[in-house]
Amino acid sequence: MKISKEQVKNIAYLARLHLDNDRVELFSRQLSQILDYMEQLSEVDTSNVKPMYSPVEHPTPYREDEAYSEFTREDVLKNAPEEDGEHFIVPKVVS
Amino acid sequence: MDVRKYSGIKIRDMILSGEVKVEEVVNAYLKRIEETEGKIDALLYINKHEAIEIARDMDKNGPDPSKKLWGIPIVIKDVLTTKGIPSTCASKMLENFIPFYDAEVVRRIKEQGGIIIAKSNMDEFAMGSSTENSAFKPTKNPWDLDRVPGGSSGGSAASTAASQSPISIGTDTGGSIRQPAAFCGVIGLKPTYGRVSRFGLIAYGSSLDQAGPITRTVKDAALMLSVIAGKDKKDSTSSPNPVPDYLQEMEKYKDLKSIKIGLPKEYWQEGLDPDIQKKSEEFFRLLKELGAELIEISLPHTKYAVATYYIIVMAEASSNLARYDGVRYGYRTKDAEELIDMYVKTRSEGFGFEVQRRIILGTYVLSAGYYDAYYKKAAQVRRLIRQDFLDAFSNCDVILTPVSPTLPFKLKEKIHDPLTMYLADIFTTPLNLSGLPGISIPVGLGDNLKLPVGLQFIAPPFREDILLGIADRVEGELDPLPEPFGLKS
Repeated sequence: MKISKEQVKNIAYLARLHLDNDRVELFSRQLSQILDYMEQLSEVDTSNVKPMYSPVEHPTPYREDEAYSEFTREDVLKNAPEEDGEHFIVPKVVS
Repeated sequence: MDVRKYSGIKIRDMILSGEVKVEEVVNAYLKRIEETEGKIDALLYINKHEAIEIARDMDKNGPDPSKKLWGIPIVIKDVLTTKGIPSTCASKMLENFIPFYDAEVVRRIKEQGGIIIAKSNMDEFAMGSSTENSAFKPTKNPWDLDRVPGGSSGGSAASTAASQSPISIGTDTGGSIRQPAAFCGVIGLKPTYGRVSRFGLIAYGSSLDQAGPITRTVKDAALMLSVIAGKDKKDSTSSPNPVPDYLQEMEKYKDLKSIKIGLPKEYWQEGLDPDIQKKSEEFFRLLKELGAELIEISLPHTKYAVATYYIIVMAEASSNLARYDGVRYGYRTKDAEELIDMYVKTRSEGFGFEVQRRIILGTYVLSAGYYDAYYKKAAQVRRLIRQDFLDAFSNCDVILTPVSPTLPFKLKEKIHDPLTMYLADIFTTPLNLSGLPGISIPVGLGDNLKLPVGLQFIAPPFREDILLGIADRVEGELDPLPEPFGLKS
């Protein structure tokens, strides 16, 4: 599977990443190589196999829908790059 | 006191009997850290003042024999959150992140009187097999300072090998406890998926991640697993199965005469390092002398494990790491005009290259048009890989394999070739895909390179007791490893 430089740039943008040109070149080569390797799965017959997304075997537990407070607003805001004591602050969304 | 001599269990016994104070223990380990850290760079944060303060309090109010870890210093991988102590995941993205809550593993350790003495280095967000992907510094292997300690829990494994603490905690998504334990000559236990709560384990591959102990004795691993295992209402994937007292339960499996050990032919092929091959053959002989029966088994889908694993783990990573957006915590770029620009710059500046590579690949395999061909296909092969193991366990009690096809390699030797690095995870990733427990134990030093050789026992789900029993038995039969050569001054 050949991944073009254009594709790398597009996927990177979907993931909200920007790569410089050298990196695009390198990733395009490496991603093609890695995806080629992954191609080998196509030789496995999985026509009647249910996908396994998790090894968990117990049923997903339910809990009571009860409101409780564990942390303070101050705790939660403490690690924010920018906040005003009540909100997270982000750059303007609409220019 | 010479901390190199003691296990965690012994340290606790000495404290309970009044032979030594907790503060002396903590000071002795802090001194050991000071002596060795300049050589191996295993740690990202030393919790000196808090550890001494806690030790003094414990001496004043204790000892409390009901606490399983009373006074034992513990090193925690920096992927687990620790209240009030930086938890960086060895990433620039979380360089200044100070959590306001403890991971459940950490909470349980503290509850039992364990003392968090340091946080250890790792590959950024646990992505890597050499600890060279740390954004801050590479860790060195205590046996040879020019070589890697393995990864991603390379800091924990190197630290424990250097006796900076008797017990550390690592996490294992595709081998990240077992492979560094093998590279550093210590014991590493990856529990069954769901055995240990993942609450506060900063997510990489959520269907694969498990925390577990890295120790210098098997009994210390059993003790630590008894503390950290168990249901947690904050992690719905944590298992409701009761937690045995592993130190007691493992005694049932120490007579190897009734044990049948499967050797999967797909794992024991040409291409293993000659030192590993030779030590393994010696180990097979020992097992037979002890009465174990060794039989050949087959795990036919083994060769697909690496491709399956990397598709799944990168898909999960791309989704999990979407949370780093520069809004609620972590790094934010200094110059952003508007919101999208802020996201892109924050993530491009905050993540290292391996992390970016995996996010991009994960985004690709989940994208419209490719989802079925990659992600769904891998999830199907995953079930076949797990079924191989379940079938094999109808003929044997445990499975024995190498941990890695190679001995610890040199720093920078493989870092520019991601695929080669991924392929070395062939013997460890199948367990994570299947959710099975595995233990890596040192079986000696190689004849040529004098580096530790580790082998892995695998058991059915929730049978850590069998792994620990067998490992404890063979540990008693093998010569103990000398002090790591890189630490001799």
